[in-house]
Amino acid sequence: MKRNTSMIDKSVLEISIRDLEKSFGKLDVLTGIDLDVYKGENVVVLGRSGSGKSVLIKIIAGLLKPDNGSVKVLGEEISKLNTKELRRIRLKIGFSFQGSALYDGMTVWENLEFPLVRNKRELTRKQVNEAIEQVLEDVGLLQTIDQMPAELSGGQKKRIGIARMLILKPEIILYDEPTGGLDPVTCVEINNLINKVQEQYNTSSIIITHDLSCARSTGDRLVMLSDGKFLRQGSFEEVFNTDDNRVRSFYNYNFILSQ
Amino acid sequence: MESILTKMESPESSISRKRVRRFFEGVYDVYKFVLRFFKEVFVPPYEFKEIIRQCYEIGYKSLAIITLTAFITGMVFTKQSRPSLSEFGATSWLPSLISIAVIRALAPLITALVIAGKVGSNMGAELGSMRVTEQIDAMEVSSTNPFNFLVITRVVAMTIMLPILVTYFGTIGLLGAYLNVHHNELTSFTSFMQDAFASISFLDLFASILKSTVYGFTIAIAGCFKGYNAQQGTVGVGRAANSAVVISMFLIFIEEMVIVQIINYFR
Repeated sequence: MKRNTSMIDKSVLEISIRDLEKSFGKLDVLTGIDLDVYKGENVVVLGRSGSGKSVLIKIIAGLLKPDNGSVKVLGEEISKLNTKELRRIRLKIGFSFQGSALYDGMTVWENLEFPLVRNKRELTRKQVNEAIEQVLEDVGLLQTIDQMPAELSGGQKKRIGIARMLILKPEIILYDEPTGGLDPVTCVEINNLINKVQEQYNTSSIIITHDLSCARSTGDRLVMLSDGKFLRQGSFEEVFNTDDNRVRSFYNYNFILSQ
Repeated sequence: MESILTKMESPESSISRKRVRRFFEGVYDVYKFVLRFFKEVFVPPYEFKEIIRQCYEIGYKSLAIITLTAFITGMVFTKQSRPSLSEFGATSWLPSLISIAVIRALAPLITALVIAGKVGSNMGAELGSMRVTEQIDAMEVSSTNPFNFLVITRVVAMTIMLPILVTYFGTIGLLGAYLNVHHNELTSFTSFMQDAFASISFLDLFASILKSTVYGFTIAIAGCFKGYNAQQGTVGVGRAANSAVVISMFLIFIEEMVIVQIINYFR
């Protein structure tokens, strides 16, 4: 599925990051990150393992606090929000975890019901059921509704993870390695699902990955993270059309692996 | 002079200083955790359904092991006490002796230790596993309160269920003791129970319930604290389960000592 870029609205800034710094002890993970994400845009953050990609989106979701810099989500400075305000803004942020993070003591239905009934208490039982069935249909897994997470494949878990965040109808989606650990066919299915979700729900997304096929098919803009900084950003061709060894080697290794 | 002394500090003293510091940091973290519990326990939304599910998990699913432990404790304790009492021809004191021992000490203590091993470790492992697989983070980013759903429900359920299990332990323990006494002395059930409860005061029952409430709270807080703050993957999960039990047991014995001193003051 090809990305439809006509929905990007450059006049609406959904995420704005300036001079973001984050360290863990003596390890500097992010050392001055600037990033803007516009309404309807899919931004792919590429980088090697341990380059700080996941830390970046965890800061955006308010799971980690930045050491320095500004992170504005939907116009609000995320690190200055109190718990109540953070919960309010998180309603508009969906987070797809690397390992899916499905609640393994609950069925698929309960996994989807959990955030819905706690955030939209006004819904009737019938409306809850309809919303769950609708979102499962959107990810093509209605038949798994009564299954436990342990009974699902890796690809199915990713899809249910995406369904669980979609049920709250977020405006921004943060994907952490959506195709990590999946076979090539399932990777393509997940890439198509990301594009379908973006069109159907009109969301803006940050997609963390080191998979170039995912980056190419889902990203409107790519940014390359290395040594705590963005090395390059632009379209797929703009990012990789360079002599920078760090970028070239990343591309070459991905190319070799994909063969 | 001070800097020379600092430089001369042995590696051992540096390590022990770090350990002391880590210990006090740990105590402070527990304090914050308990404080958060009391701040949020009365704040809606209330997860009644989950509390009931946890009561079922903690209470009903522990009945078999508590029954077995209580019955054997009552029976063996009676059997072991008989020779000493029979030397003085005082086997008729057995019901009083057993009821005092079971209700005042054995029931709360043994139930708490068994539940710490069975449920406390389970809480540490379950929450630890949820932490390292990012399930707790997933709850947070979906605008729900994982502390309310995972910690408050477990602590409330455990604090409710342990006194009930202790009462059950006492009943089964006395039943086990009665069977042994009946077998040897042909005492009737009514007579055994009359003798047993004649030596038990309201203060004993109150102390037993108070102790078990405190133990229940302690076990759940230790299990949830260790699990909720687990780190370092599967190793961290194992450590959380293990330390949840060790810390609970350690605290239970200290609390036993303190509560007994306080109760004796009123006796």
